[in-house]
Amino acid sequence: MTSLAAREPGAKKLGLVIDLDTCVGCHACAVACKEWNTGGHPGPLADYDPYGRHPDGVWLNRVHTYEAGQGAAGRTVHFPRSCLHCDEPACVSVCPTGASYKRAEDGIVLVNADLCIGCKLCSWACPYGAREFDEDDGVMKKCTLCIDRIYNETLPEAERVPACVAVCPAHARHFGDLGDPTSEISRLVQSRGGFDLMPEMGYRPVNKYLPPRQSTCSAPALAEPEVPAGSAAERLLGWLDRALSR
Amino acid sequence: MSPALSVIFFTTVSGAGYGLLMLTGLLAPFRLAPASPWFGLAAVLFALALASAGLVSSTLHLSHPERAWRAVSQWRSSWLSREGLAALLTYPPAFAFLAAWFRAGRPDAAMAACGVLAAAAALGTVFCTAMIYASLRPVRQWSNAAVVPNFLLLAGFSGALWLCFLARVFHAGWVVPSALAMLFGSAGLAGKLAYWRLIDQRPGESTIETATGLGRLGRVRALDPPHTEENYLLREMGFRIARKHASRLRALALLVGFALPVVLIAAGFALPAVPALVLAIVAAVAALVGIFVERWLFFAEATHTVVLYYGRAA
Repeated sequence: MTSLAAREPGAKKLGLVIDLDTCVGCHACAVACKEWNTGGHPGPLADYDPYGRHPDGVWLNRVHTYEAGQGAAGRTVHFPRSCLHCDEPACVSVCPTGASYKRAEDGIVLVNADLCIGCKLCSWACPYGAREFDEDDGVMKKCTLCIDRIYNETLPEAERVPACVAVCPAHARHFGDLGDPTSEISRLVQSRGGFDLMPEMGYRPVNKYLPPRQSTCSAPALAEPEVPAGSAAERLLGWLDRALSR
Repeated sequence: MSPALSVIFFTTVSGAGYGLLMLTGLLAPFRLAPASPWFGLAAVLFALALASAGLVSSTLHLSHPERAWRAVSQWRSSWLSREGLAALLTYPPAFAFLAAWFRAGRPDAAMAACGVLAAAAALGTVFCTAMIYASLRPVRQWSNAAVVPNFLLLAGFSGALWLCFLARVFHAGWVVPSALAMLFGSAGLAGKLAYWRLIDQRPGESTIETATGLGRLGRVRALDPPHTEENYLLREMGFRIARKHASRLRALALLVGFALPVVLIAAGFALPAVPALVLAIVAAVAALVGIFVERWLFFAEATHTVVLYYGRAA
């Protein structure tokens, strides 16, 4: 049923917290996601022309890189983007068949591939571009929060986290219950000022992003290298300049 | 947004069909259109043929058309589901309307009741179609107050033109359909101009700064995309059209789709029956062509917030 169930305050909301301060932009989370999920719940994830001139395919996690701020205050920020498992997921309510659903027990947004008709409307309804259509299967694919890992009792308990979280070498990805204000991950959001993406859209994302910290060290500005006037080096550079300008 | 021909064909052609059914159901009972049941047969069957051709086309757009029947199940939340349901619910009153018309041999109360029901279902279907777009917040060119009136006016306009043509064929009751066609055409043209002014002037609520949440650090600029090739997101939601092409197509849609049909129908008032009939069919076809261009632009000019992540404007 694509109508959203009323959720009690404090109900379980599993999700991710992504630390934009420590993310190094290595894309390991994207690759681990693709690797796990192509053999997991939403798999296989199509690859088109994988070794050809225009490789393309379905990925459930994509890492962008931005420059935020300008001049000396500007910094590079790596930005992983995946499903935010929103509290108001219009991708679910627009689905005409009931293929898209949000689980009442943990808030995870999933697609039932046996019901999906491939109308793509859910991908239009997602402001974040979290859903990617699989041309080979003709159904929509999305992040499952690795439901086949986090509840998987055949895995050692420490590995029962999403593949992207397990692989992250910078520990920039955290997994937990964001519905519980006392959980470790909720306290992390609280202490670091975690924020929502595009709050103005009203989708109320569950996943949070932690802002880059203020820089604490300031390197001195680099001075222009000085070449003494009339020196051999200056004459050599002058001759080079003239020779190359001809 | 990528202009998928199947969806553009569906909304244009089925819009005309539902418009024709709506106006036949509302005008014929009050003898504002030809009263012959044979006219009813022509109008209702043609309307349902247009609507059905559009529905089949939209079903073929699906990757799993064999599962299309499931799409009527989620009408509680989904406008697409409601549209499918309304489309199906239009057939029974439309056929009942026709049957009542033939049984009495002329408009009567039973025929009028069924006609109004069929008209309501047809109107409801077009309304649901428009709401599919109007409810998508990530696309600012769609989620605004001008979209639903535009869809309804254009359905009424193209439907009135076909009704006018059929009335001309039956050589009766063409005055009110002609007047309505001119009215809807002028209102549709004004509505389209207002829509274009709205989408040209109103900037998007979301920016790359709100999309990334990095506005707190200052201006944000996309440095590296996550992938080197176009992917599904950019193909489906990153369609771009040159401003020059868009303005030419807008002018074409206005001239061919609105101005020309209105002028032709107006000329029909002053002409003998046969030339007026010829002008009526030219007007109806021109409007379909113009609305097809208008609908193509409705998709091509729409931008989705996902492109903000790729450093583009939305």
